[in-house]
Amino acid sequence: MMQHLPVLQVLAPLMAAPFAALLRWRHMAWGLAMLATGAAFVISLALFVQVSANGTIVYDLGGWPAPIGIVYVIDAANAVVLPVISFIGFIATLAARHLVAREIDRRDHALFYSAWLLTLAGMLGQVTTGDAFNIFVFLEISSLSAYALVAMGAGRDRRALPAAFNYLILGTVGATFYVIGIGLLYMQTGTLNLADLANRVPQLGATLPAYTALAFIALGLFLKMALFPLHFWLVPAYGYAPSAVSALMAATATKVSVYVLIRLIFGVFGADFPSLADGFGMLVITLGLVGAFVGTLAAIVETDLKKLFAQSSIAQLGYMAIGIGLVTASGLTAAIIHLFNHALMKGALFLAIGVIAAQAGRATMGTIQGAGRQIPMTMTAVLFGGLALIGVPLTAGFISKLYLIRALIEVDFWLIAALVFISSALALAYIWKIVEAAWLSERPEGAPVLTESIGTWLPAWLLVLATLGFGIFAAPLVEAAMAAADIFFGGRP
Amino acid sequence: MSILLTHWNYFLVIVLMMLGFYAVIARGNMVKKMVGLNIFQTSVFMLYISMGKVGEGTAPILTGEAGTVYSNPLPHVLILTAIVVGVATTAVGYALIIRIQESFGSIEDNELIEMLDDAAEDGAS
Repeated sequence: MMQHLPVLQVLAPLMAAPFAALLRWRHMAWGLAMLATGAAFVISLALFVQVSANGTIVYDLGGWPAPIGIVYVIDAANAVVLPVISFIGFIATLAARHLVAREIDRRDHALFYSAWLLTLAGMLGQVTTGDAFNIFVFLEISSLSAYALVAMGAGRDRRALPAAFNYLILGTVGATFYVIGIGLLYMQTGTLNLADLANRVPQLGATLPAYTALAFIALGLFLKMALFPLHFWLVPAYGYAPSAVSALMAATATKVSVYVLIRLIFGVFGADFPSLADGFGMLVITLGLVGAFVGTLAAIVETDLKKLFAQSSIAQLGYMAIGIGLVTASGLTAAIIHLFNHALMKGALFLAIGVIAAQAGRATMGTIQGAGRQIPMTMTAVLFGGLALIGVPLTAGFISKLYLIRALIEVDFWLIAALVFISSALALAYIWKIVEAAWLSERPEGAPVLTESIGTWLPAWLLVLATLGFGIFAAPLVEAAMAAADIFFGGRP
Repeated sequence: MSILLTHWNYFLVIVLMMLGFYAVIARGNMVKKMVGLNIFQTSVFMLYISMGKVGEGTAPILTGEAGTVYSNPLPHVLILTAIVVGVATTAVGYALIIRIQESFGSIEDNELIEMLDDAAEDGAS
């Protein structure tokens, strides 16, 4: 049983998905989703413990060893990413009970949970697998079900439909670019196994086909991770999706693509690949930095809270890109720490806003007027999530920014460090707008009464507590992220 | 010139790829966008399938004769998976187009953008 954990990590949600669709009773479908996501979370923790104790686990699918069969590989890098994804999956499922009950037609609940489990299975699969083509298959599993989930927002706002369609077009283009890149690598190396690719690709050196493959893979993943300027699909998709879906996707979907990018760039091409640091890295830093400002400024003028935090995601993904673009061990550590922390805070924020959106139809600056007194627990969760986004000390966001700025100073990028600091401080502007609307204004007469109960605010608060926890006791996460970065920089174990 | 003759399959793939990609970007009609997307994906299928061909190689079915050269079946198998993915994407895409036509009465990008603006004003008021 224990040796089958890597495959069970993916199978738990994957196998539960068709059963969820078959269960016509919606509470049963939710219960099954809770069981599957809970199991996935427990498995990911067990894997993390195993990897910390014994090192990398290689699992041969169907007993076929590496070059012939597909392997699942759990090492220090994905052992950090799996728990946060499955934890958010579990908490979002917990919150989905009340969000989905308000936002989705009863008859569709079973199908909703089926697509929900599939998208989670796809994301866990992308992180678990050690095969480049298998990543594509899981990418499409998670994306296709995500398009359907986003489109389910049409019950409340028909604009979810064009948003889902554009997401589908750009998502498919991104995935296809990735496949082209993998195909080019396969033509040159004759393998799809990531470990084999890692041995053979660096030997290709500065050749045109190798660069072409790198460009296609990176471009495809930039689209999937919504790196500026390829982020236009993200804001409408997260803005009009059902609240539970916005929370799950905003917290995990783009992070998985960031992880796949890290795995492909550092794990296959390697940090020493010709012109990776000075060419590719500089490009990624520039795009990340512009994205950080564009996202933050767009968030400041946005009035719809879901779209506001979607814009802020563009900025936060920019910070991860800057960490990746440094092509140093400390830069990658910062990117992984931020990947982890941002997942927690965005999950908390979207779950909390979901409480408002599910009741008022939309969560806008108008609908949260004076909401601070009506639903204090929910709005406080939004506040803490916002403080973490800015990077206030004692929140996890502070740790992220600290390590990112340290990594920048280490290579004497003082200007970029200053710009990262300024763009983070600018986030204060949109958080303050929310504080002003929620606490400093009176609730207008005739505005619908917002309610909350422990059932609705608890999921968001669990993530807020995790954010605070990793802000105060950051050492375990920092160590895990350093171990992850070591895999790519400190010679392969 | 000789590279055209020896690598004609790649040029064919690139032409198809760009045709499809152009349609995805430049066409306002969603059905045409989906058609473009299909052409784009098909070009990638052809890239994979043609790379599996080994010169003088026969179909990868065991003949039992020693020294037979076989084509590489692996890219073909990969593309079987990719075709399934492509079919699913097409199905989801057209399902969305049908829903968009039902609720907006149009599947033209520019008309939709105008309607979305109106809807935004409705929502704000």
